[in-house]
Amino acid sequence: MSDHDQHPLFLPAVFVGGLVFGVGLAVSGMARPEVVLDFLQFEDFGLLLVMGGAATVTAVTVTLAVTSGKRAPLTGRPYGRRLKTFDSNVLLGGGVFGVGWGLSGICPGAAYASLGVGNLPILWAIAGMFAGAYLQGWLRDVVRADDPDGVGA
Amino acid sequence: MLFPNGWLPYLVGGVLIGLGTAVIYLTTAIPAGASTFLESTLSYASDRPRFQKYRGSRDWRVVFSVAIVLGAAAYAFTLGDGPWTTDVQPWRLAVGGLLVGVGTRLGKGCTSGHGVCGIGSGSRTSLVGVATFVAVAVGTAQLVAALGVSP
Repeated sequence: MSDHDQHPLFLPAVFVGGLVFGVGLAVSGMARPEVVLDFLQFEDFGLLLVMGGAATVTAVTVTLAVTSGKRAPLTGRPYGRRLKTFDSNVLLGGGVFGVGWGLSGICPGAAYASLGVGNLPILWAIAGMFAGAYLQGWLRDVVRADDPDGVGA
Repeated sequence: MLFPNGWLPYLVGGVLIGLGTAVIYLTTAIPAGASTFLESTLSYASDRPRFQKYRGSRDWRVVFSVAIVLGAAAYAFTLGDGPWTTDVQPWRLAVGGLLVGVGTRLGKGCTSGHGVCGIGSGSRTSLVGVATFVAVAVGTAQLVAALGVSP
């Protein structure tokens, strides 16, 4: 799928969405690894409200869009659900991600937001994430076990 | 005490994360996750076929990620507490980041792709993915704390 030949408002819309997304990560405390680690140690259950609130808003949005049968104005793409095929990689990758998340208190979106709140040490995590993504891509090319999913998330 | 620091910022922040996702989804039909950026951005520097797969989306993913940084900064430096620095040790951030990079790409999503867009889509795959990484992260964080690693 290529996202080129874009509508002039495509990148601005992505930018506005990203801004709101970033504000949400900062407001919710998810940009602070300590807050996430407190949740993982059962000391503060705020993360459940964050993910629950975000998923609920998204669920309503997706449901309304999909049932409308319309297409997105800036891309012409039909509205669909984010459904990935299930295989052992979901469990294996989820497990590896879980160890990293539990050790650092950081996930990708929250790390970008963390840089925004002036947290320079988070660059260690961002460098690590890029290295990990490269390592995973290299391994996958070597193993040649590509997944059928397109856009990714 | 479920919420020793209050619950409102968590809920408001979560709703805003959902609204940001909704803005992109409603205008483009794209369920934007945050971890693909790690892989698509590598295509600028690497010719590996694996990374070229995301070439078509790499530009907007840069815009999305930079906007996340700016949105967080806009809040932190106006209504928020100003600049903030973590006490979590650099080795934890680096090693944890490495595993997050491997795991999110292998597992087809992270907290936003699986946790927000996938759960919001009623995806069973995402539900299992989230259950897996939350459970493992809880175990890991408790173990690290029990070993006396702090901060």
